[in-house]
Amino acid sequence: MLQVQNIEKSYRTGGLWKKQSQQVLRSVSFTCKEGECLGIIGESGSGKSTLGRLILGIDQPDQGAILFYGQSVEQRKVRRGMISAVFQDYTSSINPFYTVEQAIREPLEQEGQSRMEQSRRIDELLEQVGLSLDYRSKYPHELSGGEAQRVCIARAVSTRPRYLVLDEAISSLDVRIQVQVLHLLQELKSVYGMGYIFITHDIQAAAYMCERMIIFQKGQIVETIDTARLSDVQSDYGRTLLSAAIAR
Amino acid sequence: MNILEVNHLNIHDIHIGEPIVKDISFDLQQGQCLAIVGESGSGKSVTCRSIMKLNPSSLQQSGSIVFQGIDLNTLTDQQMRKRRGKQIGMIMQNGMSAFDPSCVIGTHLRETLGQHYGWNRSKIDERMHIAMHSVMLNHPDRLMNRYPHELSGGMLQRIMIALTLVLEPDILIADEPTTALDMLSQQEVMAQFIRLRHTLGCSMIFISHDLGAVRHIADHILIMKDGKVIERGETEQLFTAPRQEYTRDLLSARFALDNHFRQLMERKEG
Repeated sequence: MLQVQNIEKSYRTGGLWKKQSQQVLRSVSFTCKEGECLGIIGESGSGKSTLGRLILGIDQPDQGAILFYGQSVEQRKVRRGMISAVFQDYTSSINPFYTVEQAIREPLEQEGQSRMEQSRRIDELLEQVGLSLDYRSKYPHELSGGEAQRVCIARAVSTRPRYLVLDEAISSLDVRIQVQVLHLLQELKSVYGMGYIFITHDIQAAAYMCERMIIFQKGQIVETIDTARLSDVQSDYGRTLLSAAIAR
Repeated sequence: MNILEVNHLNIHDIHIGEPIVKDISFDLQQGQCLAIVGESGSGKSVTCRSIMKLNPSSLQQSGSIVFQGIDLNTLTDQQMRKRRGKQIGMIMQNGMSAFDPSCVIGTHLRETLGQHYGWNRSKIDERMHIAMHSVMLNHPDRLMNRYPHELSGGMLQRIMIALTLVLEPDILIADEPTTALDMLSQQEVMAQFIRLRHTLGCSMIFISHDLGAVRHIADHILIMKDGKVIERGETEQLFTAPRQEYTRDLLSARFALDNHFRQLMERKEG
């Protein structure tokens, strides 16, 4: 269970001498149940990626707490191997000097498995994300966007995390590949049973993946709605988003 | 009348020794909008950059590109520079890297317009203000003093469109202008493009990987795959009766998502 309680976050802006701060998140609270796929929908600049960073523990909130089974995610040992992430920019997500094998092996080494077990796990993971074993020795620049994103997904699920934060994970892929990756994520969910936090601006993709959606605007939660009841959206902003999606 | 004719264009990378674009021909009529659709790596951006002559020298090209009766291959760099922006405009995918990050937006705009028209500062500011208002950018004064990183992707894209409005090019090349934007800004920017076509009456080449996105703007569509044109035709014809398997794949790419979404939305009304 992942609980987000009254998060506030602001960043300093305004150069070296001016002291200004911009509030990015305002009293955000929600829970994501185990194995749930929760969508966070918002425009660029709405603070949804900041929220993702806070959940991952790579940034700390000014106020409030994020609890992972009752313990704060700020402690590294709480989140190690338990929460992982896939980001939008697949080109910068993999160390360019690492082969695919090394990239996937890195989190496995933290687990203290033997070399043999690691190798077996890498084979299994590559198969699960639909890449042949020939990819083991390839470098990131030799991969297409969809392939690189598959490697990132394999790496993210390698430690069998309880939660996976997907920050615009499909937005920069070609439309045809987007659907393939969504299907892959659904398959993996049935294998590992982890919860997804699916951050995106693409309400259609979110509706396809998620059971529940949080509509996010200017750092605040505007509305939380079950996907099955999506057409009953109450807020004006939610309606605007839906009509934009219908017009596509 | 054809404003642009591309005949047997071949582009070849001398480093890896492989062809990138294979024998492409198309023409663009005055006032028409042509969409080039293909996935990443299909050679669509390289084709467009070759029209602007902006490809690096490691890419060798052959074939002719005739713009208003002049073969662009015969022009010198200086002659080409005069045409870029003024006659052949281009709107890039990523606003963040299309503007100079080290100076404010205003500097960039003044340099471009000063170069092409030789106007003074006040005239440029006056023209830009009108153009920026027409693309719904309020407070142009403030915007001119902002750095690119201080503005959102949608705003930068609209500033580029505003600049294009002032330059009034004969051909506008838009290279995936909405890909980096979220859904609301995407809609707005597309609406601006359709308006731009009406006000300027310029010809357009619109590049995208999303076949659905070009439906409302394009008259003709070229489908590219692996550096070749595999299908071409009028927009409606292509949407209703695609001939190639690949085109059908592209058309149905988001079908599963769209369908699911539509079902969800209809549940209430039903």
